[in-house]
Amino acid sequence: MSLNRLQTHTGTTLDFTFNGKAYQGIAGDTLASALLANGVNVVGRSFKFARPRGIFGHGAEEPNGIIQLGSGAGTVPNLKATQVELYQDLEASSVNGWPSVNYDVMGIIGAFGRLMPPGFYYKTFMYPKKLWMTYERFIRKAAGLGATPVEADPDSYDKLNQHCDVLVVGAGPAGLVAAREAARTGARVIVADEQSEFGGSLLASKQAIDGLQATNWVASLVAELRACNNVQLLPRSTVFGYYDHNFLTILERRTDHLGLTAAQGVRQRMHRVRAAQVVLATGAFERPLVFAHNDIPGVMLASSVSTYVNRYGVAPGNKLVVFTTNDNAYQTALDWHETGRDVVAVIDTRSNPSGDIVAAVKAKGISVIAGHGLIEAQGNQRVKRALIAPINALGTEVTGPVRRLDCDLIACSGGWSPAIHLSSHTGAKPVWDESIVGFRPGESKQQERSAGACRGTFDLIGCLAEGATAGAEAAKMSGYGEGIPQFPCSAVEEFVEQPQQALFLVPHIKSISRAPSQFVDFQLDVSASGIELAVREGFESVEHVKRYTALGFGTDQGKLGNINGMAILANALDQTIAETGTTIFRPSYTPTTFGAIAGRDVTNLFDPERYTAMHRWHVEQGAEFEDVGQWKRPWYFPQNNETMQESVNREGLAVRNTVGILDASTLGKIDIQGPDAAEFITRMYTNSYLKLAPGKCRYGVMLKEDGMIFDDGVCACLGENHYLMFTTTGGAAGVLAWLELWQQTEWPDLQVYFTSVTDHWTTATVTGPNARKVIAKVCSDIELSNEAFSFMDWRDGTVAGVKARIFRISFTGELSYEVNVPAHYGRHVWEALMAAGEEFNITPYGTETMHVLRAEKGFIIVGQDTDGSMTPADMNMDWVVGKNKTFSFVGKRSLYRSDSVRENRKQLVGLKTLQGSDVLPEGAQVVFDAKQKIPMSMQGHVTSSYFSASLGHSIALAVVKGGHSRLGLIVHCPLADGRIIAAEIVSSVFYDPKGERHHV
Amino acid sequence: MLLIHCPHCQEYRDEEEFSYGGEAHIVRPLEPEALSDEEWGDYLFFRTNSRGIHHEMWYHLVGCRRYFNATRNTVTYEILETYKTGTQPTITGANL
Ligand SMILES: [Zn+2]
Repeated sequence: MSLNRLQTHTGTTLDFTFNGKAYQGIAGDTLASALLANGVNVVGRSFKFARPRGIFGHGAEEPNGIIQLGSGAGTVPNLKATQVELYQDLEASSVNGWPSVNYDVMGIIGAFGRLMPPGFYYKTFMYPKKLWMTYERFIRKAAGLGATPVEADPDSYDKLNQHCDVLVVGAGPAGLVAAREAARTGARVIVADEQSEFGGSLLASKQAIDGLQATNWVASLVAELRACNNVQLLPRSTVFGYYDHNFLTILERRTDHLGLTAAQGVRQRMHRVRAAQVVLATGAFERPLVFAHNDIPGVMLASSVSTYVNRYGVAPGNKLVVFTTNDNAYQTALDWHETGRDVVAVIDTRSNPSGDIVAAVKAKGISVIAGHGLIEAQGNQRVKRALIAPINALGTEVTGPVRRLDCDLIACSGGWSPAIHLSSHTGAKPVWDESIVGFRPGESKQQERSAGACRGTFDLIGCLAEGATAGAEAAKMSGYGEGIPQFPCSAVEEFVEQPQQALFLVPHIKSISRAPSQFVDFQLDVSASGIELAVREGFESVEHVKRYTALGFGTDQGKLGNINGMAILANALDQTIAETGTTIFRPSYTPTTFGAIAGRDVTNLFDPERYTAMHRWHVEQGAEFEDVGQWKRPWYFPQNNETMQESVNREGLAVRNTVGILDASTLGKIDIQGPDAAEFITRMYTNSYLKLAPGKCRYGVMLKEDGMIFDDGVCACLGENHYLMFTTTGGAAGVLAWLELWQQTEWPDLQVYFTSVTDHWTTATVTGPNARKVIAKVCSDIELSNEAFSFMDWRDGTVAGVKARIFRISFTGELSYEVNVPAHYGRHVWEALMAAGEEFNITPYGTETMHVLRAEKGFIIVGQDTDGSMTPADMNMDWVVGKNKTFSFVGKRSLYRSDSVRENRKQLVGLKTLQGSDVLPEGAQVVFDAKQKIPMSMQGHVTSSYFSASLGHSIALAVVKGGHSRLGLIVHCPLADGRIIAAEIVSSVFYDPKGERHHV
Repeated sequence: MLLIHCPHCQEYRDEEEFSYGGEAHIVRPLEPEALSDEEWGDYLFFRTNSRGIHHEMWYHLVGCRRYFNATRNTVTYEILETYKTGTQPTITGANL
């Protein structure tokens, strides 16, 4: 039997290790309760001062017991020991205990800590910036933030989209009765609770309900709910976010309590719930009191001490001192007394406590010391004694001599803070209520209501009544029932309680700045003096003070410290808490794994991959691929261990000298039909299509209304009122949406219809001087002569036995035929073309060669040579803008804006490096004066750059200020490695400037 | 995540099916060439950026691929109505 385990509590023994040491716990334990049972005092070190810290709470509020679970691929950082259910062979370690939580060498950090007052990050780390790297490494190593696994996650995760009428968050007394009332109406109900068992505070309660022990009452109610097939019960499920229009996310931990990784099935599941109505019954967190050295292990929340005793059979100490501002915490003295261990005294800040539980405590002969404060805890790695002293009625000063009480456990309670987090996610502003000394949920912005302790109702009978009303009301508003509770209100023993005292910071004999640290935020070592210092340094807004001191910025998000911090701030500013402001909580309520958020959308399922009909052929040929949007496109086809450059050189020369073949299937294709098709297309492109005859193609550029190039491509007239528009591969979806926008919202009178046919066709581009000879071998029903089938014509015909459309358009500058066939025939036709081209050494080429070839011709790629701020004139493409079009096409007016015609706009030019072997990096900046001091005046940048095998030197496209009038100028590109490469501004057309080769 | 009623599909669908289209009821000038740079710039760039009631376009991108308008409260994100392009909102109001 472990040191602190009560004899009455038995169960299956479980072995586990913590920081490498072996321990035993009992089934049903959390890691925290098991550690306490074994008398483990120190579970971690604080972030800044590396002070030893012990378990403080028993749930989501725990600031100290932050642990790393397991090792290897399944390891999980930053878990709260209070929320980790124990399983056989569990391994855990402290996240912030380097090199050892017990080894006090880091206690030296205490001295280092003196160098780290509030605002430390701003004052020290931010300047000089160069030192940040040094500091950061040291701080992270010293404090530790847990380690993420480097291997792939071995587990599977799911996402589940759900709808329900009533979502009940929290299965304590209020939530359970709310669920019962909603369920009886027939509404679809989901009940989610973060703990392993339903019952909330009742799991550690000794109160009787309807004559049953609390835990038995819970069990019978849960059984009742489980029997309803309109109710879904989700234990171990944290509602971690409340988003717009009643959309909530729930993290369900399905196997975490069984082992580090799931033996089978999914480890965690994220429920994405759209709820018609929500009942928030999330309970409350007990608030610690801020006194000197309140962080020594052995100081805990009163309710946590009771929970460990009553629920887990663990008494985490021997000699208890209770320190309270309210009646509620007296229950802890009673619970402790029952274990047979010593209650030294109850210290009450109020002068004359006399409620029912107070009387019960006194009746047991327990000493109650009223009108006193516990001003300081003493001890090193464990509390050894408490210093108490009389304090004035306001709780602001010590008024008498200090006494010492020997003890090893201090249970403190400063009242309760409603867990308003989810309500706060909806945008509802919390409202300070003096009568409960806490924030209540603000006016509801969504279809939700709070019930019970999260609404500031702390007595059991009140929670039950509110829960019932909330459940019935939520059901009615979702269309079920009458809105009035139907079950009789439960019978509960009632206590008379006296009001609590609104006390947050306990006075010390020394001033705040001189007293030993009085901690407000344990995780980030924010103390009362730190908050005062922030005020002295001029911070007044709570938001600024929080950022300056880091209050509430830990992984516990200030669940314990925020209210105390605000109260201390309010006092320092000499104003009320209500005036000081409020506290806004944002998702997530508790940390959520990336695994659950990603679900199945990982590895191959992360994003769909699109393949062309010839994809497998490319794979068989050993092609390297590149991603273009979702498409996998052949990048180059290496042969015989070629480098990429060698492949690209060979492929490019083949196109220039004989013939090449490209899979161009990924180009977007939109079929456009309707009596107003030509008119519509003409309004969208810069040039006119009104007179484009069937059998003809035209290249067009599309602008946004601001005059900037947004897509380009060829559009063919297929027949009367029938067109085929090609778009860029990446722009296909955007162009279709763009056409639909204009047709639907601006010109609904135009009769025109759009259909995406990208996937319906495959395109094989046969290009090079021998292209015609290749096509002639597989196509006999089209007259292929240049006269009969000219550049920018298209023809219907048969290729390798398949009905095809052939377009004589060229992106290489060579004689080109783009053969389009229905997608299912793609590979057949491709192989027929390969066979036909064999005698001409037909060479498949990929996107890299395609880029080089088009750059040799100065053809732009939208999105590479343009960036949304380029007009056609900037690209030296004025010829594509129809000056005489009657309708003011999209973007036209913007071409005359003063900014669009400004001189010195960045304009597309070619760059030829003086040293032909130098290939400029894309993105390199262009300057005119290489000797200018930094910062140099940047005159443009390189947009495309390659080595051209056909030309025997490098080529680059760049946009340079006023570039069109600067041909011949030598410019300079300073590189990151210190080199400066000189280049001459030349025409952007490097190859066949007269454009003769594609007209043959 | 918003829940949006598509007036074409006549159904509430999740926001992830839609894409946002910006402020509604901005009519393209009939004769752009007749406008000064400033007037054209107003059409092109300036939006009301309302706090409160806002009429805006939505596009049922992976649904019916139709545009429609919504009246939304930009403070609470409440969608007060959706209506077809070419029709007028029934809910209007001064900014909150
Ligand atoms: Zn729709």
